[in-house]
Amino acid sequence: MAAAANLLEFDKVSVEFDAGVPVLDQISFSVPEGQTRIIMGAAGSGKTVLLKTAMGLNRACAGRISLLGEDITEKPENQLFDIRARVGMLFQDSALFDSMTVAQNVAYPLLNQKSIQIPRDKMEEKVRESLRFVELEQALTKYPSELSGGMRRRAAIARAVVTGPPLLLYDSPTAGLDPITAHTIMALIIKERDMDNTTALVVTHRYQDGNLVANFRYNPDSGTLDPAGERATNTVFMVLREGRLVFEGTQTELEACSDSYVGKFVKKPEYAA
Amino acid sequence: MLASGFVLEFLKGPTLALQEFYLLTGRAMRNVTRQPHYTDDIKLQMDSIGVGSIPIVLLTGFFSGAVMALQMGRALQQYGQTGRTGTVVSIILVRELGPVLTALMVAGRNASGIASELGSMKVTEQIDAMRALGTDPIQKLVTPRMIATGVMLPCLTVIDDFVGMVGGWIIGKLLYDLDALQYWSQTWHALVWSDVVQGLLKPFVYSFVISLIGCFYGLRASGGTQGVGRATTQAMVAASVTILILNLFMGLIFVKYSGN
Repeated sequence: MAAAANLLEFDKVSVEFDAGVPVLDQISFSVPEGQTRIIMGAAGSGKTVLLKTAMGLNRACAGRISLLGEDITEKPENQLFDIRARVGMLFQDSALFDSMTVAQNVAYPLLNQKSIQIPRDKMEEKVRESLRFVELEQALTKYPSELSGGMRRRAAIARAVVTGPPLLLYDSPTAGLDPITAHTIMALIIKERDMDNTTALVVTHRYQDGNLVANFRYNPDSGTLDPAGERATNTVFMVLREGRLVFEGTQTELEACSDSYVGKFVKKPEYAA
Repeated sequence: MLASGFVLEFLKGPTLALQEFYLLTGRAMRNVTRQPHYTDDIKLQMDSIGVGSIPIVLLTGFFSGAVMALQMGRALQQYGQTGRTGTVVSIILVRELGPVLTALMVAGRNASGIASELGSMKVTEQIDAMRALGTDPIQKLVTPRMIATGVMLPCLTVIDDFVGMVGGWIIGKLLYDLDALQYWSQTWHALVWSDVVQGLLKPFVYSFVISLIGCFYGLRASGGTQGVGRATTQAMVAASVTILILNLFMGLIFVKYSGN
């Protein structure tokens, strides 16, 4: 069987905002199609910078980055827009446009991306479909300020997936949410992965989020998450520490890792399959 | 040696800011001819910047024209030349006060408004979200504001000039008993083509100062709500000072080359 193509590749990538102080230090990894990669690390370890660098929102000062098969390391900003249009991103604080309604936010990529040509009459159906996916169809005309934190996160997911991108980047999707809402958001991420076979990078500092992604699958018949059992998911864990990649491997390898820093992120969840 | 090192270090920040401003200006200008054109955003900004500024421009124009007629009429009375009030009001308004006062009012209202709007978007990652969603924030946010201000500021200046002349006429009529026909024929005949060119070219140039400085400070905002407040103040101050400096230099150029 042919190996899946890499949708994202980092080759010894370093990022510095102040000269001599690396925020990311020689990071190398690749994400093949269909894989979900959980990125963990303490606050300030470079998780968000890594995601933004993957999108070309931050520039690398060393190394090479390939996104969807194209080397974006030195591409000028105006050549990156069409590539970014094929990647969905959920920002840490949702980053919804606060002067637009939820419907306008979700329609934004459809209306503003040059590479997407959708007739105006099909636009509304597409927006509704995307909001139905995150169970937020009733909030079409609401403004972000009228939504709860969890609803904002769901609206942002709807905006990220509305164009059907093959690669999704989630930046701390459960940060600051209560356990029930956090579970709902993770269930949506798993649903998106299993329904549309998307590749994803999920930044989180909660081990239970990674555990859920690695061990559960979305059941379209019941609309719930079922233990993956034999149908193991393609999930890889990464741990960052002060801008360096200190662990990369499967969940089993993560749990067996003797490094004390890595060990702090691992705890046996009660609901593990 | 130490002093020169300190001066060089001190100049780094302003030089970098100036470089970034020129880059932003260049990209915003280049986008005028590039697809996609966000015409809905241009119309929205024309309404917000242009139509929204009409009340303040009417007030500024009327009272500046009225006060000018009041003082000029008094000064001209000493020479028995009160009848020339219309000429003086017209020339000063069209050449200098109209463009400058309108630009300062619009800068106060819109350079700060643009900076706070874009600054808020910057600190809440909305600008990054825009980039991540495959749209160029300069094309989507800066170019429409630049075009809208470029179209609307000369129009607002014409309104300001006319309302100023009306203010001058009312004062002239009430205090100096000026004849309406005499006043209006003098305001009309006092103006030559170079005055009209000057009166329209100045606001066109100032429009770039207002929109681009507002956008520049907004897009550079950092440090949460405090940073947005700082960007707003800086944008308004920088735009106002630049307008006043440019006004002197443009005035000198017109005096030198047109004799007016």
